[in-house]
Amino acid sequence: MTDIRYVAPQTLDEAVGAYAAAGSAARILAGGTDLLVQMRSGAVKPGLIVDIKKIRELTAIDELSGGSFRVGAAVPGAVLAEHPRFGKVWPGVLESVNLIGSTQVQGRASAGGNLCNASPAGDSVPAMIAAGAVVTVQGPDGRRELDVEDVPAGPGRTNLKPGEILVSFTLPPRPPGSSDAYLRMIPRTEMDIAVVGCGVSLTLKGGVCTHARVGLGAVAPTALLIEPAAQALIGSRLDDAAINAAANACRAACRPIDDKRGTIAYRTQIAGVLLKRTAKIAAERAQGK
Amino acid sequence: MNIVVNNKWIGQRTIRPDGVDKVTGRAAFAADTAMPGMIWGKVLRSPHPHARIRSIDTSRAEALPGVKAVVTSRDIVDFPIEKSVMLGIQDMRWMCRNVMARDKALFPGHPVAAVAATTEAIAARACELIEVDYEVLPWSIEIDDAIKPDAPILHEFNKFEGKPSNIVGTLEHKKGDIEQGFKQADVVIERTFTTRPVHQGYIEPHACLISVAADGKTTIWSSSQGQFMVRAMTAYLTGIPQSDIRAIPAEIGGGFGGKTIVYLEPLATLLAKKSGRPVKMVMTREEVMRATGPTSGSKSTVKIGAKKDGTIVAAQGTFYLQAGAFPGSPIRGAAGCSFAPYDIPNVLSVGFDVCSNRSKVAAYRAPGAPIGAYAVECVLDEVAESLKMDPLDFRLKNAAKQGTKAAHGPVFPRIGYVETVEAARNHPHYSAPLGKLQGRGVASGFWFNAGGESSAQVNITEDGNVVVTTGHPDIGGSRAGIANVCAELLGIDYRRVSVIIGDTQTVGFSNLTGGSRVLFASAMVVTQATEKVINTLRERAAKIWEIDPEAVKWENGAAHPASPNAGQFEPLTLEDLAEKAPMQGGPIGAGVQLNTQGAEGGFGTHICDVEVDIELGIARVIRYTAVQDVGRAVHPGYVEGQLQGGVAQGIGWALNEEYIYRSDGKVDNPGFLDYRMPVCSDLPMIDTVLVEVPNPKHPQGVKGVGEVPLVPVMAAVANAIYRAVGKRFYALPMSPPKVLEGLETPPLQQAAE
Repeated sequence: MTDIRYVAPQTLDEAVGAYAAAGSAARILAGGTDLLVQMRSGAVKPGLIVDIKKIRELTAIDELSGGSFRVGAAVPGAVLAEHPRFGKVWPGVLESVNLIGSTQVQGRASAGGNLCNASPAGDSVPAMIAAGAVVTVQGPDGRRELDVEDVPAGPGRTNLKPGEILVSFTLPPRPPGSSDAYLRMIPRTEMDIAVVGCGVSLTLKGGVCTHARVGLGAVAPTALLIEPAAQALIGSRLDDAAINAAANACRAACRPIDDKRGTIAYRTQIAGVLLKRTAKIAAERAQGK
Repeated sequence: MNIVVNNKWIGQRTIRPDGVDKVTGRAAFAADTAMPGMIWGKVLRSPHPHARIRSIDTSRAEALPGVKAVVTSRDIVDFPIEKSVMLGIQDMRWMCRNVMARDKALFPGHPVAAVAATTEAIAARACELIEVDYEVLPWSIEIDDAIKPDAPILHEFNKFEGKPSNIVGTLEHKKGDIEQGFKQADVVIERTFTTRPVHQGYIEPHACLISVAADGKTTIWSSSQGQFMVRAMTAYLTGIPQSDIRAIPAEIGGGFGGKTIVYLEPLATLLAKKSGRPVKMVMTREEVMRATGPTSGSKSTVKIGAKKDGTIVAAQGTFYLQAGAFPGSPIRGAAGCSFAPYDIPNVLSVGFDVCSNRSKVAAYRAPGAPIGAYAVECVLDEVAESLKMDPLDFRLKNAAKQGTKAAHGPVFPRIGYVETVEAARNHPHYSAPLGKLQGRGVASGFWFNAGGESSAQVNITEDGNVVVTTGHPDIGGSRAGIANVCAELLGIDYRRVSVIIGDTQTVGFSNLTGGSRVLFASAMVVTQATEKVINTLRERAAKIWEIDPEAVKWENGAAHPASPNAGQFEPLTLEDLAEKAPMQGGPIGAGVQLNTQGAEGGFGTHICDVEVDIELGIARVIRYTAVQDVGRAVHPGYVEGQLQGGVAQGIGWALNEEYIYRSDGKVDNPGFLDYRMPVCSDLPMIDTVLVEVPNPKHPQGVKGVGEVPLVPVMAAVANAIYRAVGKRFYALPMSPPKVLEGLETPPLQQAAE
């Protein structure tokens, strides 16, 4: 048996140093709700585990002066839910993060881990894409920012460079009349993985949609930003024609697989259904209903 | 025998004796056991669905430091193909080949070798070092593939209609003249149904710890539905005499039939014998899903004919069930139970047992019966609809009752089927309004129920309390039921009765926990043993009072003079008599061993409401009522629990559970994430109605209750979905992709003639 080293640095620099030095044998531990399962099943055998939960920046939730939110990559879902303001501004992002696993898992699981695990079905990713979140990463060459949709590269793979650690998500300021929503289709009601996930964020002014973003999960190797769906909504009063056009845009963007969780035909059909339902919820929230 | 009335404890919801241990985590399951010097066993399993094993080289594994023993099929007692050796429902010819592949590996996950080493990791590494030379063979998994003329044959010695075949058994029940019967019918409907293999889904994986002493004395701690089954099978497969094997039953974390068979125990015993060290083995969930018995997938064709007035005149069923790698699918339950609730003059019910390259099936709650009932009860729904009859009225019109001769043989005694249908029809659920896209379905079901061998010992302790030892692992609250029965008979508080499950060397032979037999059989032996104890107590009091024992009665936990004529004496309590026992003839206790008879079949009728999300294809059960003739509910809480549990499993089977296979023949969903059993939030509160028609052949009126509640469920759900959306589904599971696909195609034309 190979030994596993475990470190829990207090600073990001130390964490990046240790992580980069260990190369591909190292794994980042936030909540561990994916990593520990993968280790138990024998899928990964890390030589070094870098626990990032002791680093303040990774576990903080800050509402910045301009109205944007910065959420540390290792903030557990339960902690995000307890924040007095976040869920009011970003109810869709919060519900997506809170769908990761059971109540017990929520005490550990984080949006950062969900993104870096790079499952096409991760629940928080489509909602973060819809929110227009930007992530900050830090590596041996310093800090950089990426749009959240640019982080996943394929199932189980990200575009982070060797030694880079996801630090935080920054969600933009919200003009009045804005809200978001996330829905997923699962065969059961709990303890399941999304067959399709859909996040919608929008802004309404006098009943007209002035801004929209749509994210879809589990319909392609990575979660997708669906710009044509957003374009179909923007400028409309979210009438049936606009919603149907957005639903069709979602279906057109699907590149799913047939697998044990759903068929190509089913996933494609459902993507449109979820767009309609999610957009309706987001619009109701934006109108304060 | 008298039916006990005016009960103090029978019918009470007493606290289960094993409850505190279970909720505090003290209960010892097999995986909780440990011994000094213990080492770990692991199994090397075939990666192929079908392969001839040319050779196995274990030398590199044996050379690995930390490895203490390796076993292969050479170490397992061989039962030649030519001669059947039955142990219960299992044939040792197949068992010896299932626990360890001999000449061929027959499914992915089939054991080919086992290793014991000082750590689990070393044992796993050693498995990787074993070199197996496989000749990979063509394979088949689905029934239609396995019965094709050119299908790869699993067992070349097996012939069907003169040719090598994967059809390894047939069963036929016949009554009347089927052709004449259908000629009388005004309506005939014939449909074909398929179901997928589903796993019992017990939470606790198989586990055991086994120690073999230098003199061969063997101790087994394991989780099973029968310590005597574990002892006998281990003895057969290892050659150790049964008298040298003490099998100690651990608490069991679910079985549902799936633990009426052994997988690990013979291997761990041989590893312990070879290594001289206690060996522990615990399966992973993946091993459980790949290599332990689910129940059969199936293909059934059912044809039912009825007259305009609703009288069923003929019924025919053909049931093909997947046995997996070895013969033994539950065709008896499918062919025998499915028409049993009905008085039908002309019946032909035929079962085919089909081998294919998947794990050997094991019993699952009323084995085979839910598969048959699904097909029959769905066709009945269509017949009732075409006759414009209420589906419960239609069942009532054709209901089996006392004197009905069932197609599978027996003439029914007093049964409670009619009462279940009437109770369902009169239940507020049946007339409750339904909303949009909601539908209500009904279905009935039957299960044989079993009696058989049981032993019990009832001992009075020195302080005047009671210890009852029985031989059946408790998977449904049987200890609580036994405490109620014994306390009732003795007239004492049930908390003074301690019920324990003995091991194989401390209690008499008791057949396994299965067939809904445990409370029926053990209440019978405990009743007789307690009556013997009461007779002893009366004799002791008579001796003290110097009167005739016949003049002493036992009431409220004490001996009393039977009448004023017998004399004036202060009552002698159980405590008094226990205290005086050493001077009055010694210890008080009695053991009884019986091959119990008179377990009558059980019937249930279910009502299910569903709501269908037609955009997503999701059917959700929103209300469910299970009505069952339970004989006598000795402990109503656990009877209700059995009904609710059976319904929950049936809803899973109906809606989402299935083994999904990859193109390489391996199971693609060997875990609880993608093998979708229902979670709590998927289910409504499941209401139960206990109809009590006491079994006249049992001292407390007990009938088996544990298996019937799974039988009607899939049909009830399917019929409800039809009423909600106007579309009938003929394949399980009715999972969202399949429901959506079905809703997008126009409904089939009714084929009613």
